[in-house]
Amino acid sequence: MLSPVSRLLPEIPRLTLDEHLSAYGPPPFADVAYDAAGLAPLIVAVEQSGLVGRGGAGFPAGRKMRAVAEAGRRGGPFHSQVGTVVIANGAESEPGSGKDRLLLRRAPHLVLDGIVLAAEAVGATRAYLCVHDDPAALRDAVTSRERAGLNRVPVQVVEVPGGYVASQETALVGLLNGTGSRPAFVPPRPSERGVRRHPTLVQNVETLANIALIARNGPEWFREAGTPFAPGTTLVTVSGTVARPGVYEVALGTTIAALLDRAGGPVEPPQAVLAGGYFGGWLKLPAAGEVPLTDRALRAAGATLGPGVLIVLPQSSCPLAETARVTGYLASQSAGQCGPCSNGLPALADALGHVAFGRPADDMLRWTHQLLGLVSGRGACHLPDGTAGLVGSALTTFADDLRYHASRGPCGRAARLPVLPLPVPPAPPAPPAPDPRTRPEALA
Amino acid sequence: MSRAENGRRPRPRTLKVNPVACQGHGMCIELLPELIAADPWGYPLIAPGPVPDELLPLAQRAVNSCPTLALLLTSPE
Repeated sequence: MLSPVSRLLPEIPRLTLDEHLSAYGPPPFADVAYDAAGLAPLIVAVEQSGLVGRGGAGFPAGRKMRAVAEAGRRGGPFHSQVGTVVIANGAESEPGSGKDRLLLRRAPHLVLDGIVLAAEAVGATRAYLCVHDDPAALRDAVTSRERAGLNRVPVQVVEVPGGYVASQETALVGLLNGTGSRPAFVPPRPSERGVRRHPTLVQNVETLANIALIARNGPEWFREAGTPFAPGTTLVTVSGTVARPGVYEVALGTTIAALLDRAGGPVEPPQAVLAGGYFGGWLKLPAAGEVPLTDRALRAAGATLGPGVLIVLPQSSCPLAETARVTGYLASQSAGQCGPCSNGLPALADALGHVAFGRPADDMLRWTHQLLGLVSGRGACHLPDGTAGLVGSALTTFADDLRYHASRGPCGRAARLPVLPLPVPPAPPAPPAPDPRTRPEALA
Repeated sequence: MSRAENGRRPRPRTLKVNPVACQGHGMCIELLPELIAADPWGYPLIAPGPVPDELLPLAQRAVNSCPTLALLLTSPE
């Protein structure tokens, strides 16, 4: 087994700025960042490192930085250069994930270094750190950096209201613009037009911590861990029936079995693992143990890496009942903006509820499959796609259970306490903003 | 004047719905049944692929008729 790596999660928390600076040294500011001639060296280094975003979508981090830097240089009216904006996304909404919160508690200054370095590289004049909880400690950290002169770009800590889609990147832009914390239709993407119409770089906090390390150690060092196609390390939150649930840092390409070993192995006989969180997919154990933790390998197996989530389901749980409950939660998280999502996800949750807790007739199974196609790709954000992916994965992976339920009704395990975490109570989605075209005062 | 008359090859155009703006009025479904169908809740389902040339004027009419400006005729990047 590979020895555990700890790049992002120091054994001893580096809470104060002094502790951080003595461990990592000062952030290496490149004073050529605003040079109009070319890209900031950090952007080139991040591109060479092969780092992809750690928030779930896995978009190449360097390409996103380049897009924002170039949009800033193309600029506003009359070809003037415009300042860009950086949003650090630490608003962890995935119920099975705890890695962003832990990272911000264990190494806040590594994230803040990444924010300021990335901000300088893309020509940003403002940066925001968006979190769900404990903003006070982070505000103290920002203040201590300002006193030390390390925040060359002003950083503001912003508390984001809960809700599964509130941390989607266009929803964060909407929150900062005051137009509502809901996903928006793209294009324009935030990298073209984001906060107050400025090109905006939205990166997950783990991505930014990696950028802070790449700025110090270079892209070759970054690629020493992981595989050639999936370099680096990643934080994975492991839960379910394992002896030591928690957040683990692993080199990408580590197998699921090796990580589950580190988490103490299963407590009860395992049945399957949900990989990638609630937009991910189910993989049967023990067969899935050999699958390496890279997005490519997990997708080939029928799941995703997502934001780094593994939830181990014991044999004593009904996978259809578990998936049905999560589908109900995801349906409750629709912001109510897009018709196919606000109508289709409750219908899908209802249909899967019949499948898991009733005795589904053939037409109910057909309707469930039909709904997957009816919601996919038809929302402003990926809530309908992700939910359909999860349900589709459950129907395929647990085809035997499906047949049992269809012929005999719910299995005895359906009544067991849930293993997949559900936030209680689900945060009610914010009502949609009134359409400016139909506002009464606009008509008067 | 169409782009073809400029001597340039016309770029394929596709219909797209802005799902946030769409409120399911159904105008496009009435006006362009060749390419747009209603889902169980009355929202438009667009046939995949580019709009055939002979339907482009009708597609443009459907786009212009949408009360919430949610139907878009776009050129893929």
